[in-house]
Amino acid sequence: MSKPLIEARGVSRVYADADGGGVEALLDVSLEISKGEFVSLIGPSGCGKTTLLRLIAGLDEPQRGEALLDGVKIEGPSSERGYVFQHVNLFPWFTVEQNIAAGLKARGVYKERKDDVKAFVRLAGLEGFEKSYPHQISGGMAQRASLARALINDPKVLLLDEPLGALDSFTRFALQDIILDLWEKRGATMIFVTHDVDEAIYLSDRVVIMTPRPGRISEIIDVGFERPRHRNDAGFMKLRASILEKLNLVGERKAPEYFL
Amino acid sequence: MSLLNTPFWEVFLASFDPAAWKSLVPAIWETLYMVGITCVITLVGGVILGLILTVTNTFGLLPIVWLNRSLSAVVNCLRSLPQMIMIILMIPVARMILGKAYGVNACIIALAASCIPMFARLVESSLLEIEKGKVDAAKAMGSSSFQIIFRIMIPETLPSLIRGFTVAIIAVISMTALAGNFGAGGIGDIAVRFGFQRFQHEVLFAAVYVLVALVQLVQFAGDAASKILLKKRHLI
Repeated sequence: MSKPLIEARGVSRVYADADGGGVEALLDVSLEISKGEFVSLIGPSGCGKTTLLRLIAGLDEPQRGEALLDGVKIEGPSSERGYVFQHVNLFPWFTVEQNIAAGLKARGVYKERKDDVKAFVRLAGLEGFEKSYPHQISGGMAQRASLARALINDPKVLLLDEPLGALDSFTRFALQDIILDLWEKRGATMIFVTHDVDEAIYLSDRVVIMTPRPGRISEIIDVGFERPRHRNDAGFMKLRASILEKLNLVGERKAPEYFL
Repeated sequence: MSLLNTPFWEVFLASFDPAAWKSLVPAIWETLYMVGITCVITLVGGVILGLILTVTNTFGLLPIVWLNRSLSAVVNCLRSLPQMIMIILMIPVARMILGKAYGVNACIIALAASCIPMFARLVESSLLEIEKGKVDAAKAMGSSSFQIIFRIMIPETLPSLIRGFTVAIIAVISMTALAGNFGAGGIGDIAVRFGFQRFQHEVLFAAVYVLVALVQLVQFAGDAASKILLKKRHLI
């Protein structure tokens, strides 16, 4: 691969904690992601995976180092980096349709691209719910709407911050396939934060394992299995076991949350 | 007719007599005028001030700490004055601006000076309740700060802003009655002149009915408006 699409160069981010000390959410983290790649960030709470994602989104600034998109330093949020939140964050006073169109309106291109809204409603499988409000639809539907809302801006990269974390496992499996489908069809680059090892292996080209205090990348694993992948494959299981072991080795207590 | 020499029941009945309402009716219009104008000024001033207070704070959209601190201090100063003192304090200001220190318009200055800071704090506390994630979502889709304020923050908090404004209107009504004492006219003036100075308690009663009805009406309208919005969003 030539130049990476996204690059983090030695980024560090310290948050002040209650005692006035600092929590090193990220310490000197470097990562390169190529165009069209699907990368998962995995690790226990506090390992800085969300922080890294927010730095790339421009929602936060690193204190040291820099994040780059296409070789240009990321300063502040932009519509070329879509963000999907765990808590969905649809706007409750907008209908599903208006939520999906929000990005177009924000960029002032709504008039020209009005027809796209319909296409993205269809993409998210939300036909018939265009006029519903977020509180009327299920969690899975809301997350699909928020995916459509992020994708309608044609972002160069889609940042997914535990988008499936709050969903039941049936909805979760379905949405994993939807995300994969979107990734394949639209050739989008995706960075996916998760607690779930299966999910990370099922979806990604590469799995980035992170460890907490200070937040660092401990290992990057090339998954390399053919798609479509099978969760019960011998290779899948083996990789799963080895990643779980690696995550356990980092000194978390027993019964860590990512078994959920 | 005074409660001192007339049974309560008779005073009560007399309070529904047109005679009791003769001087009250024009005063109602004065009060409505004062309340109306003050509410418009309070709404505009309070929303602007509340927005500035919110977005300029350390964790706000456009942090300008010195501006936030100084505005906040000014608001606190204005809010620390009891309404009556504010009215007295604004007398020379009204004379400076309007050329006379009494009357309906002079009173509006005092009302606004007291109610804008109060409403601004209500606006601020509503806006601070917004989930950070919603603002982040808007930022991530490329919204400007201006768009976030007018397309996200205000619509999101509209039901709570309406409730806050209802509280503010009622405060304006009560302060208007107080201002009647200081040459502002209106219902408060009637209540003091007839009810207190002349012992015409039937007029006082009538004035009380009007004030109660006004406040009920405003509260009802405010509750209804905020409920309609919440229902539309299926939040209740």
